[in-house]
Amino acid sequence: MDSLAGNGWVWPLLIIIGKSLLILVAGLIFVAYVLYADRKVWAAVQLRRGPNVVGPWGLLQSFADLMKFVFKEPVIPAGANKGVFLLAPLISGGLALSSWAVIPLNDGWAVANINVGVLFIFAISSLMVYGAIMAGWASNSKYPLLAALRSAAQMVSYEVSIGFVFITVLLCAGSLNLNDIVSAQDSAWGLFGWYWLPLLPMFVVFFVSALAETNRPPFDLLEAESELVAGYMVEYSSAPYMLFMLGEYVAIITMCAMTTVLFLGGWLPPFPVPPFTWISGLIWFVLKICLVFFMFAMVKAFVPRYRYDQLMRLGWKVFLPVSLASVVVVAGVLEIFGAGAHP
Amino acid sequence: MILTGFALGPILPEFVLAVGALALILMGAFRGERWAWVVTDIAIFFLGAALLLVLRQPSGSVAIFNGAFIDDGFGRFMKVLALAGSIATLLMSGDWLRRERIDLFEYPVLIMLSTVGMLLLISANDLIALYLGLELMSLALYVVAAFHRDNVRASEAGLKYFVLGALSSGMLLYGASLLYGFAGTVSFAGIATAIHGQSSIGVIFGLVFVMAGLAFKLAAVPFHMWTPDVYEGAPTPVTAFFAAAPKMAAMAVTVRIITTAFPGIVGEWRQIIVFIAIASMALGSFAAIGQTNFKRLMAYSSIGHMGFALVGLAAGTAAGVQGVIIYMTIYLAMTLGTFAAILEMRRNGKPVEEIADLAGLSATDPPMALFLAAMMFSLAGVPPLAGLFAKFYVFAAAVDAKLYGLAVIGFMLSVVAAYYYLRIVKIMYFDAPRPAFDKGSLAERAVLAIAAAFIVLFSVFPGGIVDAADAAAKSLF
Amino acid sequence: MDVAAVFFYLFSAVTVASGFMVIAARNPVHSVLFLILAFVNSAGLFLLLGAEFLAMILVIVYVGAVAVLFLFVVMMLDVDFAELKQGFLQYLPLGVIIGAIVLVELVAGALTLVPSPLGKPAAPTPGVSNTQALGRVLYTQYLYFFEVAGLVLLVAMIGAIVLTLRHKRGVRRQSVAAQVARTKATSVEVRKVPSRTGV
Repeated sequence: MDSLAGNGWVWPLLIIIGKSLLILVAGLIFVAYVLYADRKVWAAVQLRRGPNVVGPWGLLQSFADLMKFVFKEPVIPAGANKGVFLLAPLISGGLALSSWAVIPLNDGWAVANINVGVLFIFAISSLMVYGAIMAGWASNSKYPLLAALRSAAQMVSYEVSIGFVFITVLLCAGSLNLNDIVSAQDSAWGLFGWYWLPLLPMFVVFFVSALAETNRPPFDLLEAESELVAGYMVEYSSAPYMLFMLGEYVAIITMCAMTTVLFLGGWLPPFPVPPFTWISGLIWFVLKICLVFFMFAMVKAFVPRYRYDQLMRLGWKVFLPVSLASVVVVAGVLEIFGAGAHP
Repeated sequence: MILTGFALGPILPEFVLAVGALALILMGAFRGERWAWVVTDIAIFFLGAALLLVLRQPSGSVAIFNGAFIDDGFGRFMKVLALAGSIATLLMSGDWLRRERIDLFEYPVLIMLSTVGMLLLISANDLIALYLGLELMSLALYVVAAFHRDNVRASEAGLKYFVLGALSSGMLLYGASLLYGFAGTVSFAGIATAIHGQSSIGVIFGLVFVMAGLAFKLAAVPFHMWTPDVYEGAPTPVTAFFAAAPKMAAMAVTVRIITTAFPGIVGEWRQIIVFIAIASMALGSFAAIGQTNFKRLMAYSSIGHMGFALVGLAAGTAAGVQGVIIYMTIYLAMTLGTFAAILEMRRNGKPVEEIADLAGLSATDPPMALFLAAMMFSLAGVPPLAGLFAKFYVFAAAVDAKLYGLAVIGFMLSVVAAYYYLRIVKIMYFDAPRPAFDKGSLAERAVLAIAAAFIVLFSVFPGGIVDAADAAAKSLF
Repeated sequence: MDVAAVFFYLFSAVTVASGFMVIAARNPVHSVLFLILAFVNSAGLFLLLGAEFLAMILVIVYVGAVAVLFLFVVMMLDVDFAELKQGFLQYLPLGVIIGAIVLVELVAGALTLVPSPLGKPAAPTPGVSNTQALGRVLYTQYLYFFEVAGLVLLVAMIGAIVLTLRHKRGVRRQSVAAQVARTKATSVEVRKVPSRTGV
């Protein structure tokens, strides 16, 4: 490669771009069906049919929505701060997609297999709050601003316990690399060797915090329709609105993927014996994401919305002490039994 | 092996105090505010335990944590002073805070953490340790300055102190980064080796900025402007604390950095110290004359006294440092005694702070008038009280170092300063009596009496402290 | 030109430009947003240096937490910035003088730069990521500083609570424990109500 007039970096760059495009297209199609699944599950719980008109069993509903959003006219309020107003959905959608650069779909299948993958995901999710804040402020309207306030406080609060959950997993795996974290869960025990069992309390904390971090019900206080109409998205329409929706759902899938990687063994088969090991790791990974997302969807259908003080209480007074204590406990147990990562 | 330097012994007092503070904050949080007095008592106990541990440290110098923390004779002497200041403050503040209804359990905890910062600062042997100790000390001080948060003047004092303190920290850090850049090391001894007698422009800039940051903490001119407002606005026990313990730590670290990091460039730093000393003495002497508020007067008085103490440092010799140590010891006693008296100034349940309120105190409360008069005479440097000895040692060191001009100016300014101290004595003894003060608490009276006893007895038996100060000063050279 | 150099000039140019916009922007919210852009690009520069841990921590701490609070303060404060900036130009000479002094110092410093006694920075240890390397020195060699820094942060936290927390009396608070401890016996009463009499 280096002989090509010293352009040793052209091919790798093209390959990276190609991989990114591939994952982008596949991801977006996946999101379309996740959205459909979300609505179907919700409808089934409420004994409704859900989307069933466009295409067979309503399978093309998401694409119809896409068309609708794209061809509608975007409305920008007169008092809005135009630049920030249009930047907000771009940030929201772009950031959500960019975290997929480090998620390993199979052994070594990541666009960028970086050493600090967990921190990258954490950084992206802490940046996500800017989409909401900028949208809320730039709309120059009361409800969006209130929603922006709520979202910032909520996301910052739950990031703290998510960070501690990451640390407990890192202590067990001894690496910040997502690929290594999955490999560390590979054992003869199969699905009982994955971290969800030894770190069960952390698994629960992470799952609930992920709901709060992605503003899913029962923690969707920033778009609580009975109080704030639609939160920070009130003033948005057409393509910008769609970008918010897209960002939200991509972030949800990212959180499902993170749950899979950290606690459910990523691409590993549930039992490390032949009929299961024949199936590609990618299939297992997608199946696990679907399982976690099904739990997300069921929570949305079952659980009533929290009040804001209850949300804060849960984050600061329950999850923070529990996750902090478990960092100490996990570190202590690993140290005593010598099972910890000693680099 | 890195861990060979990991020995807890030399840092044990600080460790005990820090762990004690953590335990007390938990206790306070779980037990609620009604336990404030219990927390205060236990905090005094921990400070006393730390004092004992400092006294029981083996003699000699030990540096741990790769030389970041040093335990030597000088440090131990100054730590005893700082701890004594904190203990006396906590003893006196309980009653006052209770009467003002701000007796929260966080107050003793913050005082403890601030004291930990002072001890770490006194023992700091490199620039990072210096900065961290200084921030730990100051951050707690900013908070206690604004502790009376419903009082506008206290909030103003806290905010002013915080903003200017942050600015001074910035200057200190800028200077420290220049020093690090030019010396290539943060340790004081390493800087001294790297400079070896020849001062590059960068080192001098670094020196100037570090001195500016430290002079702010000392409240020395030209970085004194926060002092009168903060002293007047902050709750009185907090003002007593500001005037006593942090000054010990700031002076200790100034002496240590000058003598261990810059012994090779005496000419450069001596100009700075001489300027600061003269300016502080002059401002302290002249600006205090027009004051009517006792706390504000004490602010100017403390500015002046820091100037006098720096005269000893300007000499740059072991005798000079001995003079600084003796000066700080006596200053601590005088300040605590005077503030104990100010805390006792309370009429109809409300604190009064005007000097005029002291009128005729000799008729209404003769012991208090006597003790306070002793303090004033000593602050003025009237023989035969301790204040005279304090000035004698620093001026003698300055004369030994051939700084005649500085000594003469200092002597003349001390005569000027005597005017306003003696005016207070005159008001107490010769003016028409005002109504008597409320009965003060036992602790306030005890601190006042002990301080008065100290400054009287020092002139009779100076030997022990002078010898100890001599040994402490020699540990730096 | 290799790709790292391209990215270096991209990141540094954007950092400098957004740093300039922080002080030049008329709208303070825009200033904070440019500050965030500067932070993110600085993180990119860290990445180019191979310091990926520092880069991510910079984004998480400064952009994800500190700048959010900044943004809120600026958004919430109802300050008339036009009025605030009225006397702005009269400080220009002073600012120029201070800036010039610092610039001269930096140039003087660069000219008299002595080779550091420490010599060159240590070569990266093969097989050890910089996260591990940082962790090793942070908890051994720099343990003392790390712990004291922790105490400083604790004081800041206590201070913030002391100065702002107010216990209001007479506020009805939710007690989750009390709610969960309710049983059918303590909360439900079954009565036989005769018709037309009421309870």
